[in-house]
Amino acid sequence: MNIFYPIQLLADWLTYSVFCIVSDTTLACAVNFFIYDTIKIFILLIVIIFAVSIIRSFLPPEKIRFILSHKNKYTGNVIASLLGIITPFCSCSAIPLFLGFVQAGVPLGTTFSFLVASPMINEVALVLLLGLFGWKIALIYIVSGLVIAILSGTVIGKMKVENLVESFVYQNSINANADQPNMTWSDRFAYAKKYTWDIIKKVWPFIIIGIALGAWIHGYVPTDFLARYAGADKWFAVPLAVLIGIPLYSNAAGIIPLVSALTEKGVAMGTTLAFMMAVTALSLPEFMILKRVMKIKLILIFAGIAGVGIVFTGYLFNWVL
Amino acid sequence: MNKTIEVIGSGCPTCKKLYKETLKAVSDLGLEIKVEYINDVQKIISMGIMQSPVLAVNGKPVLVGFTPDMEKIKKAIQDNL
Repeated sequence: MNIFYPIQLLADWLTYSVFCIVSDTTLACAVNFFIYDTIKIFILLIVIIFAVSIIRSFLPPEKIRFILSHKNKYTGNVIASLLGIITPFCSCSAIPLFLGFVQAGVPLGTTFSFLVASPMINEVALVLLLGLFGWKIALIYIVSGLVIAILSGTVIGKMKVENLVESFVYQNSINANADQPNMTWSDRFAYAKKYTWDIIKKVWPFIIIGIALGAWIHGYVPTDFLARYAGADKWFAVPLAVLIGIPLYSNAAGIIPLVSALTEKGVAMGTTLAFMMAVTALSLPEFMILKRVMKIKLILIFAGIAGVGIVFTGYLFNWVL
Repeated sequence: MNKTIEVIGSGCPTCKKLYKETLKAVSDLGLEIKVEYINDVQKIISMGIMQSPVLAVNGKPVLVGFTPDMEKIKKAIQDNL
């Protein structure tokens, strides 16, 4: 049974009885789609972000670092990528995370695995994928995101690029044991409530606009319209989607509902996944900030390897899905 | 010993917000302590922390990584002064 069925009933009732729109018209279709998606996405956002925040309150970055500084190189990449899933990542914490990891002796490759996984597999992207494409696509996104993070970190670790990190980084070294203020359950709930609210406050306009545009496309654009330009048989669609995704970081929340509508109109699924990964994992503002701790060459290597991984994933899923 | 209240951040919007809220908390509490805003990530790292912002009272981190509501900030300051 579809657990979102009550929302569909509510959307039907609002569209046909409250707004009195004649059913089976394009307008009814678009309005119904907008109401249904908006309610569903916001319920999912609240539930999932709250749950992730509670888990996260048990695993602050300092604890993650403690775990990572005691792993060998290979399991380190895997664990770093997994832990990256639940860690929030905004460009303002990129520097403290990078310095904190490297100075506590976490290998550079492991640090990069974390830097790739943390923004790419974030809860807002997951909610939107789950709500708009279903759990299979969301799961594919998580798994391929993890694989890209593990491989990128492993490759960078093998490249011996320590000399491309700004020299001051290695001049300080610190102990991985942090003195953390203790949290009670009521602190955790307060933190989760606050964090969920902050995120919703930040992303809601983008999501509403994205869903509205998506609903409009859903109702008014012919189904195969985009297949001609971005179907699975167009080789350039994936790299192009990745390039477009790099500067779009801050609007990830609004882009996904839009992309969901585009997928319906013929953009291949792999291209869509690659686009989303590029939007989240490769962010121009983050690169600018990382320049303070590493040479541009290392940022290019990092973006290049993750970018190639994303393009490859896009082709793979265009081919298998 | 001199009492200190510091907000240490990387210059991000959340950090500035915590600084503003802390200023207000200190004046609401009627404390005569200057709140310092420190934009030095290395200082956060040497405290063993990897999130910004940090509210430190007498050099000890009491709030880490996010800006809670006003009551929490006041309590964190009072409990640790």
